[in-house]
Amino acid sequence: MILNQFLVLAAALFCIGVYGVLARRNGVLVLMSVELMLNAVNLNLIAFSAYLHKTAGQVFALFVITIAAAEVGVGLAIVLLIYRNLRSPDLDEIDQLRG
Amino acid sequence: MLDYAWIIPVIPAVSFALILLFGKRMPRQGSELGILAVGASFVLSCVAAGQWIQRVQDAGGKESVGVLQAFGRGFMTAGGEHAAVAPVIHTVTWWSNGGIDFTVGTQIDGLAVMMLFVVTLISLLVHVYSTAYMHGDTRFTYFYAALSLFTASMLTLVVASNTLQLLVGWELVGMCSFMLIGHWWEEGANTNAAIKAFLTTRTGDIGLMIGIIVTFFAAGQTFSILGINEAALAVKGGHTIWVVGASCLLIGIIGKSGQFPLHTWLPDAMAGPTPVSALIHAATMVVAGVYLGARVYPVFWEGFSISSGGVNPMALIGGITILIGAALAFVQDDIKKVLAYSTISQLGYMVMGLGVGAWVGAVFHLFTHAFFKALLFLGAGSVSHSGSHHSFDMKKEMGGLRKHMPITFWTFMIGSLALAGVFPLAGFWSKDEILAAAGQGGFGFFAVVGLVGAVMTAAYMARCVYLTFFGEYRGHGHPEESPRSITGPLVVLAGFSVVAGLANASAFGIEEFTKYVEPRVAFPPVLTPNFDFTLAAVSFLLVVVAFGLASVFWLDRKELRALKGLTERSGTLRAGHLFLVKKYYLDDLYEGAIVGGIKGPIARASYWVNQNVIDGAVNAVGRGSAAVGRLTYRYVDQDVVDGAVNGIANETDQAGGLLTYVQSGRVQRYALILFGSVGVLAVLLVIFS
Repeated sequence: MILNQFLVLAAALFCIGVYGVLARRNGVLVLMSVELMLNAVNLNLIAFSAYLHKTAGQVFALFVITIAAAEVGVGLAIVLLIYRNLRSPDLDEIDQLRG
Repeated sequence: MLDYAWIIPVIPAVSFALILLFGKRMPRQGSELGILAVGASFVLSCVAAGQWIQRVQDAGGKESVGVLQAFGRGFMTAGGEHAAVAPVIHTVTWWSNGGIDFTVGTQIDGLAVMMLFVVTLISLLVHVYSTAYMHGDTRFTYFYAALSLFTASMLTLVVASNTLQLLVGWELVGMCSFMLIGHWWEEGANTNAAIKAFLTTRTGDIGLMIGIIVTFFAAGQTFSILGINEAALAVKGGHTIWVVGASCLLIGIIGKSGQFPLHTWLPDAMAGPTPVSALIHAATMVVAGVYLGARVYPVFWEGFSISSGGVNPMALIGGITILIGAALAFVQDDIKKVLAYSTISQLGYMVMGLGVGAWVGAVFHLFTHAFFKALLFLGAGSVSHSGSHHSFDMKKEMGGLRKHMPITFWTFMIGSLALAGVFPLAGFWSKDEILAAAGQGGFGFFAVVGLVGAVMTAAYMARCVYLTFFGEYRGHGHPEESPRSITGPLVVLAGFSVVAGLANASAFGIEEFTKYVEPRVAFPPVLTPNFDFTLAAVSFLLVVVAFGLASVFWLDRKELRALKGLTERSGTLRAGHLFLVKKYYLDDLYEGAIVGGIKGPIARASYWVNQNVIDGAVNAVGRGSAAVGRLTYRYVDQDVVDGAVNGIANETDQAGGLLTYVQSGRVQRYALILFGSVGVLAVLLVIFS
């Protein structure tokens, strides 16, 4: 099988995710971009697992999916609280920790 | 004990700490601790002395100096017929720096053992004496603590194996004397005296420190006394550097041992309690300088070319000091000041002795002088304690105490005669040893100076004795004999004043002192003089005549004032009439020639020099130091140091200000930094792997 296509796709997904995390101002969209990055990693894990005929990669991918679900839960809760306090999901507004 | 000599100074040091901590709660307020500690040190010193004598005898074996070898024995040079006995040296490394080990240790030889014995003995007697003399003092415990520390510092100095350790002991001795001279600090004069003593000796200490540094480099980077002595004898590094070293060390001796022109602190130091005066003047403070001179003698021997005769700075300073000190002693009314100037004069003998190559004579004089000078001071203290209402003024508060205080009188008399150098008391032998060596070593001029000094010594001591103990009582109290803890030490010291001279009675061929005390290793070939019968007889006669003349003279004045039968008293003397006829001649001689000449111009000039030139120099140094301090504060402290501190603070502040831009508080900017860094690292990984 051809590994390269999977890796290129995963890299593209990852870059889109990074761009979203850095550039988007809406908290919810930042979270979704994080999901994109995680799934890019998943894709890599599964591709290598199939290429090397080893199941460890698939096990890791399952773990990542589970933890990503939990992470999104916590993240959404935080965004919700931010929205309640600031009446905005804009991440640029929360800079109380600046020096 | 020779190997464990470090214990001797440690005992009083421990006792110092114990007295400070627990002294006040002790039944006798700490004095018993001090006496016990110094007593223990004294016993150990005696053991050490015994072992050293044993060691010399073992090494010498066959040779022994015949006790009955009478007058006119053969010429003898040191080291020639005595076997070499190396000093016992033990050192431990104190710290290392730049490849040089700085050590502390003990160097025990005859000289150190002799000093240990003298210091601990005098200190013990002073401790005992003080229980009565200082009884009821507000700072009794503190006084004993300081005495213990004083003793410990002096013992440290004595056993020191290197010049650095010697300096530590030296400075500690100076500090303790400062504490003790100013013991009664409630009176401003006492405080001033303490400060003066401290500052004046510090002036000399500068010379000592430079001298130590010079000898350190001259001897090939070693502080070891033995190493320095060996290097000096080998004239390592050329003659000039040893001249410089010897001159600097001589300045240290001048400051510490009260030599002209830095002797002014010594009479003022009388402000301290009398036992302290005895300790300072007999065994500790002032003899430290002479001890230093004796310890590193080869440095002076080479530096001043002592073997070649003629005039050298050391002998000159000593000679001047003898005459200046003795001259000033004539015009004092304070009994302690007479003794103080007398000490200056006697220290002049020791320094002159070292300067003319009479090493044994000088050290021997140190030994005997310790006993009779301590005796005289303690005697004066006894007089003031019980006879004159704590006054020291001979003319106003004393006189006629002979009947009331017989023990004090007789011991004081013995001390005076020993000091004057009357045969066969201690002072006669040691003084004669110096004079004989000066005469035979090519220093004839200094022998004459010494003789003149001896005559003056006899005369002023006669004056002192007669003003204090003869004539009518002029005080207002009820004089009585002092308690036993005061007279006890007096009697002991009187005993030593009588017999100490016999340790080196060269007329009888007794050379025990030379045999056991003179170093045999790394030591120049000093001259051991023959006993000069003519010189001894002349000096003895001069002393007796001076003592007699002075006695008669002072008795006369007393009788004139008291309007008693002049002829009767003088007639009882064998030559009474002759003196009576020549009374005017005597008046002329003493009032005109000696007292007038001295009291008038010389004494006043000396006093003027004391007060103006020397005090002026000291004050100028003080003012100069203050000015330097002020400048240092204004420019160095305020500008440089504070500037540096403030500058660092400002820089930190600004750097922090710059760094606040990085900490924006925005999550996404942090993430950007994070990803950017990872990207850079990834690129680097690709490039370098």
